[in-house]
Amino acid sequence: MSDIEDPKTIECPPNTLTRRDLIKRVIVGGVAVSSASYLFRASTLLRQSAPGTGERLLTINVNGQQRRADVMKQETLAWTLRHKLGLTGTKLGCDRAECGSCTVLIDGVPHYSCSVLTHTVRDRKVLTIEGLASSDGTLHPVQQGVIDEQGFQCAFCMPGFIMAAVAFLKTNPNPTRSELAQGLSGNLCRCQDYDKILTAMMRGAENMRGASRV
Amino acid sequence: MSKGDTGSVETTPRVYGAGHKLIGKNYVTADLYAKVTGQAKYAEDFHAEGMLFCKLLLSPLPHARVKHLDVRQALAMPGVKAILTADELPPPADTLTDNGTVIRANPKSERALTMEPLYQGEPILAVAAVDEFTAAEAIEKIRIEFEPLPFAIDPLDTLRPGGPNPRTDGNIWVQSPTPPAVVGAPPPAPPPPTIGALKWTEAEFADAKYGRLPMGKTPDEWSFGDIEAGFKDAALVLDETFVTPDTSHQPLETRSALAYWQNGKVYVHTGTQSTAQTVPAIARWLNIDVSKVVLVSEYTGGGFGSKVTAGVSLIIPALLSKKANAPVMMRISREEETFIGRARPSLLGRMKVGFSKDGRIIALDMFVISNNGPYDANGDVPTSGRIVSLLYQPVAMRWRGVTMLTNTPPRSAQSAPGGLQGIVIMEPIIAKAARKLGLDQVAIRRVNCPEGKAPFGPEVKGKRPYATSAFLREALDRGAEQFKWSERVARTPKRIGTKVRGVGVSLSCYVGGTVGFDGLLVIKPDGRVNFQSGIGNLGTESVIDVHRAGAEVLGVPWEKCDVTWGDSSKNLPFTCVSGGSQTTHAMTRAAYATAMDARQKLKEIAAKKLGGKPENYDVANERVFRKGGGAGMTLAQAAKYAIQLGGIYDGHEVSADLNRRTKASAVALAGQGLLAAAKDNYPRDGVTFSYIASFSEVEVDVETGKYNIVDFLAYADVGSVIHPRSLGGQVLGRSILGIGHAIGQKWVYDPHYGAMLSTRFYQSKPPTILDVPVDMQWAALDIPDPETPVGARGVGEPPVGGGCASILNALSDALGDEIFQRAPVNADTILTSLEAGRPMQHPLMAHI
Repeated sequence: MSDIEDPKTIECPPNTLTRRDLIKRVIVGGVAVSSASYLFRASTLLRQSAPGTGERLLTINVNGQQRRADVMKQETLAWTLRHKLGLTGTKLGCDRAECGSCTVLIDGVPHYSCSVLTHTVRDRKVLTIEGLASSDGTLHPVQQGVIDEQGFQCAFCMPGFIMAAVAFLKTNPNPTRSELAQGLSGNLCRCQDYDKILTAMMRGAENMRGASRV
Repeated sequence: MSKGDTGSVETTPRVYGAGHKLIGKNYVTADLYAKVTGQAKYAEDFHAEGMLFCKLLLSPLPHARVKHLDVRQALAMPGVKAILTADELPPPADTLTDNGTVIRANPKSERALTMEPLYQGEPILAVAAVDEFTAAEAIEKIRIEFEPLPFAIDPLDTLRPGGPNPRTDGNIWVQSPTPPAVVGAPPPAPPPPTIGALKWTEAEFADAKYGRLPMGKTPDEWSFGDIEAGFKDAALVLDETFVTPDTSHQPLETRSALAYWQNGKVYVHTGTQSTAQTVPAIARWLNIDVSKVVLVSEYTGGGFGSKVTAGVSLIIPALLSKKANAPVMMRISREEETFIGRARPSLLGRMKVGFSKDGRIIALDMFVISNNGPYDANGDVPTSGRIVSLLYQPVAMRWRGVTMLTNTPPRSAQSAPGGLQGIVIMEPIIAKAARKLGLDQVAIRRVNCPEGKAPFGPEVKGKRPYATSAFLREALDRGAEQFKWSERVARTPKRIGTKVRGVGVSLSCYVGGTVGFDGLLVIKPDGRVNFQSGIGNLGTESVIDVHRAGAEVLGVPWEKCDVTWGDSSKNLPFTCVSGGSQTTHAMTRAAYATAMDARQKLKEIAAKKLGGKPENYDVANERVFRKGGGAGMTLAQAAKYAIQLGGIYDGHEVSADLNRRTKASAVALAGQGLLAAAKDNYPRDGVTFSYIASFSEVEVDVETGKYNIVDFLAYADVGSVIHPRSLGGQVLGRSILGIGHAIGQKWVYDPHYGAMLSTRFYQSKPPTILDVPVDMQWAALDIPDPETPVGARGVGEPPVGGGCASILNALSDALGDEIFQRAPVNADTILTSLEAGRPMQHPLMAHI
């Protein structure tokens, strides 16, 4: 296996780990990996704590709220969001930074939350699909773009695509289809609805430009 | 909205649904808001109080027997609640189909767990524990010893004289004859198939030395016409071998499931391709009554044929939950999904084709072998022959085939099962023939393509079956025009620097619909219409789309309609599985029949209340009213009257021809308003197919072997368009699914250990957004099928074969016929073969 790091995960927030280190830590903390690629401690029910799996109470800022959760050392952000904070909009499609379904924004930058340890985001702002619409229910312009164009099919990949698009369009508000495709290329859609997704995201970009003019 | 920044294909926005208010129009589906906000709950998003997690012990060997198993240490661990082994599985149950036929359970079919694993990755036991760490640690503490057994991962290996058998008793399924009927007794069920051994001789294998598929005896064969005479008259005869890849379905949502028991009923949350049909399948696997099963499946993260009804992944958590007396969540990892998640079987094909000088196929001799995995035979082998016989209309044809068992993960139908493989084996031969005969690629397909009530397959009772309709030639012509085919072909030079351009066209088709299902709706006293939908919600939107046909007939605006789906306790009708592109056809028919039933009841209620005869009344604009003006009432009023009248009007009496499950649902909904329920009894002359003409252009860098797809167009003949956006998503999405087979997806095995090396996305990569043109094009003829009242046919499968084959044809246009004789075609295929001047990949070996 090559030692070259995946560029997407190298751009981790400071103090976080490379993908390689992360996998190593998750494995060491997780006792066994041979038959299971998903290894997470789901509850505090287990009385006897294996070494390195102890939980610690953390406060993290998710969707503008301070949320507290008991978090294991080796716990990934995706697991904390889904199983500790009830934010199941963030999906796990591969759990190894291949598919992008778990993409969330950390300080405005898209990350695969399956490959970010929760304790590394304590002082950072996490935004998930659930936090994108306004509190009055108004959809984000990119979400509205999906509604306008009937983007996506099964939509399991949709939260990840939308989060990636929101971040990309903030810095590239007026992309061509090719540029936007590059920006979304870290996300996989197995319904292969790429053409309609791209159309929906282009509409989202248009909606965003319209909204910023108001 | 104009899409493009490439502008290489002209975009002509087509207007669909002429003369309709809802059919053929875009709208926002009722499930989209939940999807876009992250509120949509897929199986793994549910949480039950006290929920346990489950992990599987998977076989490390491709074929073995468990000699010794000791779970005591694992069971003694704190937090471990239960361990389930194969001896605790319920015995397999017979199936009683809806037409009363019994399908006898086969003791040699797949079970949820096994002590004789038949492929690497097959589940042996399952552990339920308070969390996944504990469950995984418990798996490590299980002491297990295997006795390795002979195995075969390559169908040709097991066919060789003295070759290993994938199962202890052989390598193929053998069907014994059904015992004779006894007068007065119900017709006897055919016995379940047994396993036999098929071996070919060294002489029969002689061709393999030359890279040609050996052709020994096969259990199945049919023919029509005189192929020998055809070959004698042919201006050109080609004899070619082609191998298609094994490809996992890889839905983005793995087949995770949550199960729990309450009051003797099992509640299952999972992704499925049919809410209605998965319930009896769960009951059969668990050997319990259907009334004891509740299925919740509102959102499914992709299926492509792999989530048709129930299987291993539902049964393990259901049984573990019963044993541990607690809810059990079984999350399936991406690797586990590769093992238990199903795949398309590869087909090894050999075709001898005789062409007349104008390109007409006058004789076709087709031979296929499939790599089926160890369990039930898939239909890919026989289907491949039928699809080829329909799509290319050979004057005479023989088909032979055999489904070979191997020690590789079980296969199931994948979008266009057998169709993709047949088309992908055939199309490169037609492309080569056109080059040899000096014919245009569109022209040679024009002369062979099906039209009208086109026949297919062999004679049945003295007559060949035929299609309901085919307008593929028109799709091909219009597609060629939109794609500017002639201009692209004439463009010179083909090569600029290291880049060579090539264009490809392919025909494609697949089954496009079934008949005979039920619809169910209630007009509520507030005037809203509620459609009950038993269709699975896997993203095609047919779960909602088909009911637009019913609303159109009823003259109700869509804003006044609700659709109930995704929960079997919510009284759903008997519905087809969303597989094989049945749904749009089958369920628009059922929706139409049900809306016609509602119209009739509205007219009868109006006549009873306002005088006259039912036929004096009409229904439109949310009213039933006397024709030519006069008395009438709103649908809301009619619904209230329906409740007063009772009987057939509010669902207390329903038609006798409905399926028993629809009847049970109607009983539960009776009295809530005007209830309409109807079976699709419309006649249909022929078998329904849908068709696609696919066009692509590629640019190959002959120095690196890398190639890009520059443009792509799919022109669809799928009957009336119901929902343009979801149709477009299907046409292009499934084209790309097919393109994946051309550009890179395949299984790779270590043949020594029988171990799979391609278990993750990056090892068998589905196309990404960068692998396809940013401006793909699609269009549909929108010609109604004459044999269905709404005119709509299915669309999921037909684009798949054309997606793959048009890319292969574009590649051979750019590079010549001597580069590849199997798919996928990768950069290394191109580089090595270009240098050698002949195909350099092993022509026949599996999983390379």
